[in-house]
Amino acid sequence: MRGPARTKQKPVAWELRLYVAGKSRKSVIAFSNLRRICEEHLRGKYRIEVVDLLKNPLLARGDQILAVPTLVRKLPPPMKKIIGDLSDQARVLVGLDVRPVQGRSS
Amino acid sequence: MSSSVLAGHKTGARKKGSGPTLPKAPSGIDGLDEITAGGLPRGRPTLICGGPGCGKTLFAIEFLVQGASQFGEPGVFMAFEETANELAANVASLGFDLKKLEAQKKLAIDYVRVERSEIEETGEYDLEGLFVRLEHAIASVHAQRVVLDTIETLFAGLPNPSVLRAELRRLFAWLKARGMTVVITGERGNGPLTRNGLEEYVSDCVILLDHRVTEEISTRRLRVVKYRGSTHGTNEYPFLINQAGISVLPVTGLGLQHHVSTQRISTGIPRLDEMLGGRGYFKGSTVLVSGTAGTGKTTIAGHLAVDVCAKGGRCLYLAFEESPSQIERNMVSVGLDLGRHVRSGRLCILPMRPQSTGLEMHLALIHKSVQEFRPDLVIMDPISNLIGSGLEARSMLTRLIDFLKSRQTTALFTNLTRGGGALEETDSGVSSLIDTWLMLEIIRDGGERNRIINVIKSRGMAHSNQTSEFRLTDRGFEILDSYLGVSGMLTGSVRLSREAEDRAAAALREFDVAQKRALRESRRRAFESRLAAMREEFAADDATLARSLKEAELLSKRVGADRAAMAQIRRAFRHRPGDGTALAKGQD
Repeated sequence: MRGPARTKQKPVAWELRLYVAGKSRKSVIAFSNLRRICEEHLRGKYRIEVVDLLKNPLLARGDQILAVPTLVRKLPPPMKKIIGDLSDQARVLVGLDVRPVQGRSS
Repeated sequence: MSSSVLAGHKTGARKKGSGPTLPKAPSGIDGLDEITAGGLPRGRPTLICGGPGCGKTLFAIEFLVQGASQFGEPGVFMAFEETANELAANVASLGFDLKKLEAQKKLAIDYVRVERSEIEETGEYDLEGLFVRLEHAIASVHAQRVVLDTIETLFAGLPNPSVLRAELRRLFAWLKARGMTVVITGERGNGPLTRNGLEEYVSDCVILLDHRVTEEISTRRLRVVKYRGSTHGTNEYPFLINQAGISVLPVTGLGLQHHVSTQRISTGIPRLDEMLGGRGYFKGSTVLVSGTAGTGKTTIAGHLAVDVCAKGGRCLYLAFEESPSQIERNMVSVGLDLGRHVRSGRLCILPMRPQSTGLEMHLALIHKSVQEFRPDLVIMDPISNLIGSGLEARSMLTRLIDFLKSRQTTALFTNLTRGGGALEETDSGVSSLIDTWLMLEIIRDGGERNRIINVIKSRGMAHSNQTSEFRLTDRGFEILDSYLGVSGMLTGSVRLSREAEDRAAAALREFDVAQKRALRESRRRAFESRLAAMREEFAADDATLARSLKEAELLSKRVGADRAAMAQIRRAFRHRPGDGTALAKGQD
């Protein structure tokens, strides 16, 4: 995985956490998909925290993670979970409740 | 990924898996280990399925708790339906302290919540998160047992069943490879065993729980549907959930191989002992006391109970129709103090309503109380209401008797038979199971009811074939000397009057004999007196005759002498003085 746990410290509107298990293919794809979607639609307003469950297994309990990869929207509330490698961009946006940038203006 | 996880972990499966028989993990659940010949398959998954409220979760919990506390095998509970706190609260009533086991690092509980509405699927995924959590939980307590309760919620919570199925397959392979003894629970489906076909992943052992209501009485039952590589009881076994957890009753598993005793125990009634070959029942035998209402069945039971307790034994008295205090009170009236033995703890009177639960459950309860109380004698008073329903009752009784015999426990059943009809026939359903069968009857005759007792059979002893009358007195059960007249056996006042008549007749006969004897004596005396008189008469005659004989002799002598003298005078021949006779002879 390229640059895991890359975070920005200033408060942001979108706080996302991506749970992965090691450097599996799905994890890698999910991370790159997430970055792409965020850059596209939430540029500057998001923060991604990547949690490797193999390193921090206890964290899986807190957010009730079963499936990997799982993307959790911590902020804004309510909390949402998106599972899968995030390759279906439209469903990711629906899941995150993000209105796409193209088309209507945000 | 799973193989790398696997490699670094020591597994207990190999060293235990190399036996000639399938290695098993004892469940610690009462009775289940007997049915499964040792427990659940070690290192393999077992599916427990059943409808809602069957006790699947309890079953799984007990498997873990017993493993952790009894067998030194810590466990992991993955709860998909209840939180750890809910779970702990729910099973606290069964005496399981989950929090304590968790604190002792013997148990790890992980609550897995899957909420379909919160989850959006956006591509490929796997259940590595679940694996990670399991892995962590297993490592944290060095678990050897894992419970997944109920993994089926995943089918509702996760959007893609085909992914889920693949992952479950991987999960079970993973658990198996790690040597985990796994119990998974599943909801009973309509067609297949479980709603989502969990049985396809778990091919080693499947246990079905059932909760059935027949005639308004519900009974929980358990059946081992399959157990690969092992023999197992195939019947449905009733099981109980009570304060001590689950107990399954493998009551049909017993054969007829129990050891029998030649030891005898007194019936508590000396005359009845006499009727039973002089020494009473065999220890460990089954006694049936049958009779119509009010014949004293309970009194016979009471005598035995008091006798056993007085000799230091323990007696379990299962009262199906009376309350303990009522039995105690009533027994006092026949001079039996049950209360004393109840207070000393030797006698336990357990009231049960036949209608309260099903037969199987009764059997289960009896098993459990016998196992807990460890009595030398079990009394069931009466079994009539239990055995009302034919075949099922018979099989239940067979199993109960087998069970008691295997424990060398003497059993006494009383059975209320209906008045009239063939008494012996009504009991024939169970009689073949019985070793000693006493039948109490009432004979109605001459405006009264009298009680009689018969020993219908008593295996292995020379028992009396005498029908005897008995009375219930304030000293208890009293067998009377039986009256056997020419007209057969008589009881009650008829017996008394006949006895009086007999006494009169006997007196009469005696009088007659005396009279005859006196007559004989007087005749003899008469004879003797006559004899004496005749003797006297004879003596008198004799004397007279003797005298006249003497006179005649003297006379004849004198005549001779005179002739001789005359001849001498005539000088007829030479005189030989004193030889008158010779001369007289020569003359003739």
